[in-house]
Amino acid sequence: MNDSTNNVSATGRALGESTIQIRNMHKWYGEFHVLRDINLDVKSGERIVVCGPSGSGKSTMIRCINRLEEHQQGDIIVDNVELTNDLKNIEAVRREVGMVFQHFNLFPHLTVLENCTLAPIWVRKQPKAEAEAIAMKYLERVKIPDQALKYPGQLSGGQQQRVAIARSLCMSPKVMLFDEPTSALDPEMIKEVLDVMIELAEEGMTMICVTHEMGFAKTVADRVIFMDEGQIIEENEPDQFFNNPQSERTQLFLSQILAH
Amino acid sequence: MSESTQTKYEPGQHPSLPPPFKTRGVALWLKENLFSTPTNVVLSLLAIYFLYKVVPGVLEWSLFDAAFTGNDRNECRAQAGGACWAFIGERLQLFTYGFYPEAERWRVNLSFVLLVVCSVGLLWENCPGRKWIIALSVVFPFAAAFLLVGGNGVKLFVALACVAVALALMFRGSSTTFVIVIGAVCAFLAKFIFFGGITLPFTDIHVGGIIDLDDYTFLNLPEVSTDLFGGFMLTLIIGVTGIVFSLPLGILLALGRQSNLPIVKYACVVFIEFIRGVPLITLLFVASTMLSYFLPPGTTFNLLIRVLIMVTLFASAYMAEVVRGGLQAVHKGQTEAADALGLKYWPSMRLIVLPQALKISIPAIVNTFIGLYKDSTLVIVIGLLDPLGIGRASLADTKWNGLTNEVYLFVAIFFFISCYAMARYSLYLENKLHTGHKR
Amino acid sequence: MSTPALAHSPSQPSLISRLWYDKENRSIIVQILAAMALLWLFGSMVLNAIHNLEALGKGFSFNFLKQPASYDINQTLIEYSSRSTHFRAMLVGIINTLLVAVAGIFLATILGFILGVLRLSKNWLVNKLAYCYIEFVRNVPLLLHILLIHGVVVHSLPRPKQAINVGDAAFFTNRGVFMPSPEFLPLFKFVAAAFIIGVVFTWGFRRYAKALQERTGKQLPVFWVSLIAIIGLPVVVFLATGQPVNWDIPVLSGFNYKGGMVVRPEFLALWLALSLYTAAFIAEIVRAGILAVNHGQTEASMALGLPRNRTLNLVVIPQALRVIVPPLSSQYLNLTKNSSLAIAIGYMDVTATIGGISLNQTGREMECMLIVMAIYLSFSLLISAGMNYYNNRIALVER
Ligand SMILES: Nc1ncnc2c1ncn2[C@@H]1O[C@H](COP(=O)(O)OP(=O)(O)OP(=O)(O)O)[C@@H](O)[C@H]1O
Ligand SMILES: [Mg+2]
Repeated sequence: MNDSTNNVSATGRALGESTIQIRNMHKWYGEFHVLRDINLDVKSGERIVVCGPSGSGKSTMIRCINRLEEHQQGDIIVDNVELTNDLKNIEAVRREVGMVFQHFNLFPHLTVLENCTLAPIWVRKQPKAEAEAIAMKYLERVKIPDQALKYPGQLSGGQQQRVAIARSLCMSPKVMLFDEPTSALDPEMIKEVLDVMIELAEEGMTMICVTHEMGFAKTVADRVIFMDEGQIIEENEPDQFFNNPQSERTQLFLSQILAH
Repeated sequence: MSESTQTKYEPGQHPSLPPPFKTRGVALWLKENLFSTPTNVVLSLLAIYFLYKVVPGVLEWSLFDAAFTGNDRNECRAQAGGACWAFIGERLQLFTYGFYPEAERWRVNLSFVLLVVCSVGLLWENCPGRKWIIALSVVFPFAAAFLLVGGNGVKLFVALACVAVALALMFRGSSTTFVIVIGAVCAFLAKFIFFGGITLPFTDIHVGGIIDLDDYTFLNLPEVSTDLFGGFMLTLIIGVTGIVFSLPLGILLALGRQSNLPIVKYACVVFIEFIRGVPLITLLFVASTMLSYFLPPGTTFNLLIRVLIMVTLFASAYMAEVVRGGLQAVHKGQTEAADALGLKYWPSMRLIVLPQALKISIPAIVNTFIGLYKDSTLVIVIGLLDPLGIGRASLADTKWNGLTNEVYLFVAIFFFISCYAMARYSLYLENKLHTGHKR
Repeated sequence: MSTPALAHSPSQPSLISRLWYDKENRSIIVQILAAMALLWLFGSMVLNAIHNLEALGKGFSFNFLKQPASYDINQTLIEYSSRSTHFRAMLVGIINTLLVAVAGIFLATILGFILGVLRLSKNWLVNKLAYCYIEFVRNVPLLLHILLIHGVVVHSLPRPKQAINVGDAAFFTNRGVFMPSPEFLPLFKFVAAAFIIGVVFTWGFRRYAKALQERTGKQLPVFWVSLIAIIGLPVVVFLATGQPVNWDIPVLSGFNYKGGMVVRPEFLALWLALSLYTAAFIAEIVRAGILAVNHGQTEASMALGLPRNRTLNLVVIPQALRVIVPPLSSQYLNLTKNSSLAIAIGYMDVTATIGGISLNQTGREMECMLIVMAIYLSFSLLISAGMNYYNNRIALVER
């Protein structure tokens, strides 16, 4: 890991301190070595896109960042808190890190508004009225305030994913993790979700995003990370990454993806 | 006929015509539903022969040639050759209330009304005033126990109030320690002020007991011994107690069985599999003959309480499996999303997983209840008088002896009506759930 | 590479908080607490039991099993008299339980499958009749069925003197059903051998037919050949050897029949009630299992040109069985456990012998109930192990 990364992003914005630091991290599922020596440093305000073939460990890596998965070796430090077995630290990290899933994982028995206010009320201990006001603000930002009283089952896929984003934002996270947020959606819905994510990026949110939307990567990302077989193969600015990939595997992957 | 095939219509002007063959009519229905193939003809004829042989005889015996009045068996026989329902009529009160004192039976009726109100409120989602009814249902088991057994009402009221205060305080915090501390403090205070006070450790000094609740007798009801309980009332008591207490216990066991703490998990597995592996009868024997061996010397419960404890444990093992089915049906992404939002174990179970799991399991819970309700007849082997027991005891009466068929049929019809109604309800819920998923 | 200052490290947290907030430590603490609570519960129960038993002067020992039982059992498949030991009585009880459970499972399965298929019949009348039967039986407690059927058997069947006589061989009375019992002559071993040969031949023939079909596509009439080999061959041998069986036909002597074999009313009532009751549940399971097979599967199979019976055999039944077997096994378990209701009508199963009369005579509640529970538990474990094995097999075949 080169320590010389200056605090200016590819797009020329000033970046803050390191928010996420992953050092020499390894993970196994039983005997299977899923993640091998992962090193990653994410500055506050930085936007990172992770791509790579299926089964390469992308989801596993970002799920380690909020400890939905446990790593066995190395360090992960999020917002100055190290992820260990200490439950207080885990809780602290989860409070500050939002996550959006491929299959939305909205709570079907709660309304959209209740989905959004649940964690603020029970984790941040906000009063209900305040939590609702904040939730409405974020629902407006993702452009579906009129759906607040419906149940997730009554919404389209794109709307559901936007609710899921709003739900995470209600916790005012410092970092947002996206695990293929658009891959379960139809093309027109993909756009509405990507628009919200782009807006979020422009406001300076720190984001790590697993996606195969290369257009999104080109316009938004400060860095693109390519993973294969549990390792980070290549890590570069989007221009460099797409136009001048270093490794053969990246080239192969890109040629396959762009062939469509 | 040929006319319609030959007429030409302008595009878009074609009227809808009746089909060229008959789709309605009795004869056609009979042909399609009873005589469509040779096998079906044979089956139908067999069925008709069977009905012809059985139905008239049964109707004759039970209705047309039955006696509905009379003071003993011979009077019945004199009137008709079939069933003697006069017997059931005479014993109806006994079948309903057992030996519960006549003057106090309004208490049983009141409890029953409360039970109906609570079940309607719990089972019917859009019932008016549902919130209040749910609150009532929490108090109901205690209220019903008080109504049925009697005793000092003020004491019960104060105890309930203490529990309510404790619960209200507990729900303010979400940290486990806080909840435990609040619960302990409330219990201590209640004991200190109302329930006899505290003897300080290592001394004989007795403090507290500031208010002696025995002085307040205005809510007293005369006590009724549980030995007098019987009949359908007893069936309901066993069934409802079993379900009310086994549900929370079953939920805990199910969560325990899913836990990743090996000791907790295997303790739950062993308990559940043990209870499910032995017949209820043996557990009832244990309750009646040897439960007191396991308790400190001198402790005794009355038989009904012992039976209720055993039935609750029994039902909770089955309930645990039902709830586990529901838990497994809740998608893993739900807990992950709750984790990612920072919810801890208990809040995530209570707010996210259990509401969904329980909703899925309601039909199965109702079915478990039906099973328990039917199983309550087994208490006759240890001498409690449920309707069947009452019936058998009544048969010993020389005035009426030999009327076994009437008694068994009457009890069977009672069980059939109540169980069938519940089964239909559970089926309705199941269909509703399935259509809900399709959307 | 600068190590960041960790937010929670500066102020050293207390030991307790360190223990409680560490995930692994917490899981250990919770488990230790749980183990202690369980130990305390069990320990105090055991200690109380020891104390209470001592106070009653009973102690805890299984020696009573060696003492004579001194009571009679009306149905014994192994040698037993009132001078036999309690242990022997227990064995008789176990065998009686097994007998009624196995017979019940057998009949309930057959009836259940028939009813389940009738319930799916397009014939309206048959369908509704099956529905009425299933709903009535399922929604009435088993104990009532047992008592009702026992009542019918005991009260409606005539006394031995007026027995219902079926072909001078079987006699239906309120003391039970008396039937001729076979006595096998030496030549009968040829019949038995013929049967075994038939079975072995069928097994070989099926393999051959399958191999032939795989090689050449030719299909042999396997069903009919099997039928002839297994049933036809022994029958022919039986007739050829001059029917080497003597029938011991029961005869009326005094107030009852002597000779032959008897199915007692208690067994009859319990067996019928258990079978009829469980059959209703099995019928619903079978129906649900068949309905669970997607209609598209049948259509696809028909579209491929498979005839109806092949569609059933090759497509529907293998899939339906996967749905049917798990709940079916739990019905078998229920039937076995429910056979303990025998005690209500005096059928001497394991609950009625060791858990009933032996218990009352010796006053050894603890030991007797432990034995009874252990026996039922092992039945349960056996059945679920068997069903798991079968389940795994069809699940594998499926893939
Ligand atoms: N719970 C688990 N137990 C065992 N192996 C697992 C588990 N979860 C994932 N794996 C394996 O780990 C590897 C990485 O999985 P991961 O989900 O991180 O891949 P991914 O890069 O996100 O793929 P995709 O693009 O398909 O989502 C895969 O080979 C997968 O089979
Ligand atoms: Mg993935």
